[in-house]
Amino acid sequence: MKRRSFTSLVAGLSLAAGMMGSTAMAQDDMRIALVVKALGIGFFEAAAEGAEEAAKELGNVEIIYTGPTDTTAEGQIEVINALIAQGVDAIAISANDPDAVVPALKRAMDRGITVISWDSGVAEDGRQMHLNPSSTELIGNTIIKLAADHMPDGGDVAILSATATATNQNAWIEAAKGVLPNYEGVNLVTTVYGDDLSDKSYREAQGLMASYPDLKAIIAPTTVGILASCQAVTDAGKIGEINVTGLGLPSEMAGCVESGATKSFAIWNPIDLGYSATMLAHAIANGAEAAPGAEIAMGRMGSVTLDDTNSAAMSDPFTYDSSNIDQFKSIF
Amino acid sequence: MTASRGIPDRLRTPMERNLKSWESLLMLVAIGIFVANSFASPYFLNAWNLSDATFNFTEKAMIAFAMALLIISGEIDLSVAAIIALASTAMGAAAQAGVGTEGLVLIGLSVGLLCGAFNGILVTGLGLPSIVVTIGTMSLFRGISFIILGDQAYRGYPPDFAFFGQGYVWWVISFEFVLFAIIAAIYAVLLHMTNFGRAVYAIGNNATGALFSGIRVGRVKFILFLLTGLMSGVAAICLTSRLGSTRPSIAFGWELEIVTMVVLGGVNILGGSGSILGVVIAAFVMGLVTFGLGLLNVPGIVMSIVIGALLISVIALPRLWSMWRAG
Repeated sequence: MKRRSFTSLVAGLSLAAGMMGSTAMAQDDMRIALVVKALGIGFFEAAAEGAEEAAKELGNVEIIYTGPTDTTAEGQIEVINALIAQGVDAIAISANDPDAVVPALKRAMDRGITVISWDSGVAEDGRQMHLNPSSTELIGNTIIKLAADHMPDGGDVAILSATATATNQNAWIEAAKGVLPNYEGVNLVTTVYGDDLSDKSYREAQGLMASYPDLKAIIAPTTVGILASCQAVTDAGKIGEINVTGLGLPSEMAGCVESGATKSFAIWNPIDLGYSATMLAHAIANGAEAAPGAEIAMGRMGSVTLDDTNSAAMSDPFTYDSSNIDQFKSIF
Repeated sequence: MTASRGIPDRLRTPMERNLKSWESLLMLVAIGIFVANSFASPYFLNAWNLSDATFNFTEKAMIAFAMALLIISGEIDLSVAAIIALASTAMGAAAQAGVGTEGLVLIGLSVGLLCGAFNGILVTGLGLPSIVVTIGTMSLFRGISFIILGDQAYRGYPPDFAFFGQGYVWWVISFEFVLFAIIAAIYAVLLHMTNFGRAVYAIGNNATGALFSGIRVGRVKFILFLLTGLMSGVAAICLTSRLGSTRPSIAFGWELEIVTMVVLGGVNILGGSGSILGVVIAAFVMGLVTFGLGLLNVPGIVMSIVIGALLISVIALPRLWSMWRAG
């Protein structure tokens, strides 16, 4: 009697598996796996959209968009093992841990799979190349340009950064100072630190407005700082007088762009990033050499040149303003 | 069933009957999943791929065996994943200081034992409930790792240390899989063939009765916590070696997967019954399901749903069946 329940259970399982099996694709396509930190994150969903766009353009490419449920290295390793077993042609990964995934990715490369990292990189011996969304120089230039674009007569600008020890921000600010001579009339008066805390950043922004009455723009190369500055400028009733710009997230900045406190801001575009990663993985899997100095094409995004660590920068950060904020605010 | 009621030569308790059907049910589920996987994906039936799949469960199963004994005795340890993090952090710090592979193994095992002893003393010495104690030590042990490492990582383990998590004993048989089999055998003997094992069952069924029968309940439970800590140390060595690096988030969330494995294996969560064979099969079931679904690129969240559904249905089916027959 008991056996009936067993057989029905087994039958149910085979049925379920059979239905899933029907999605298996033709063998002759090149299969590129886009492995992300975790599924269900808007930024990565947008990157997957870019990857599909690249696949359509290339033709005969199947994108496997996958990743663990939460952002753990162990989860990503299980995903990588499953991809190795399927014999995919290429893996493009945004890693949860630059080191822990290295042994698994090395095994993938041993079995002839092209491995590149993008967004969040993998240690050098675990990938053939890494694609940064942007570079220090490009970001430094962009944040000054964003401010300069909206002050044709020049004027005072101030930088509101994260912590005084933040490696990324300090490098960007250094680069920004380097390009200042190219922007005539733009006068950087000071750099203050909001420590990436909303309330401290807000007070620092208030302080800037009090200390520099002629201030025309606040540049915040941090998502916390730009939002707090926008709030401070709005509360002080100085919309239109002081333009808040820098690096921010479209979903958080939509209100500031609508109110006019922020004319434009920048951040990397995840769609372009997924597109470029797919193009690069496809090129390398097709025999393009990934070595220092090599130049690899990536479709509509132009091409990249690899540096000594086989890393490359995709492009200038993407600029968001009132014309495109509605499209992106729901994405990330 | 028969007209004359003879005296049976051995008693078959309902528990025993249930247990027997449990393992056969699980075995059928495992075979069903295996067959379904082979049909669903052309990549499944490949020696290397199956070997890779074993890494999905071997480390967790090592802890699950010790956890099974602990749960049978009526206690639980939710700090196992945090012990892995602390043991791995200690090994990382030692590797940084130039300690060799033997030393690292010794440190991993010692940290595991110490953490287990700490849990054991709090539960058996102070008489605190184990679920509360180990929820506390779960935060404590991992917290120490976070304080030591922050957002940094330890790398640079000696090259021969990689053998534990990445080495193969013969062809596709990995070191981890061999270790898993040996540990399973040891725990099967310990639970099913020794006085100690009988004492574990007795404590789980009636701790007071066991005490009055002359079983040193506190000591047995303390040893079980020690064993669970030790196994966490062993798993920490394997996992650290496999990853080649340590971050404080290592093995995050494993305690629930390990408890799931134990319960799926037929161990009564309230204590008193269960077998090692069941846990072994449950380990394979969970490994095969996650690997099979991974081959089909099913998103991780769906995998969690499948594992959850599997757990509930395997537990509910025998109960529903007996209700249907009785009603």
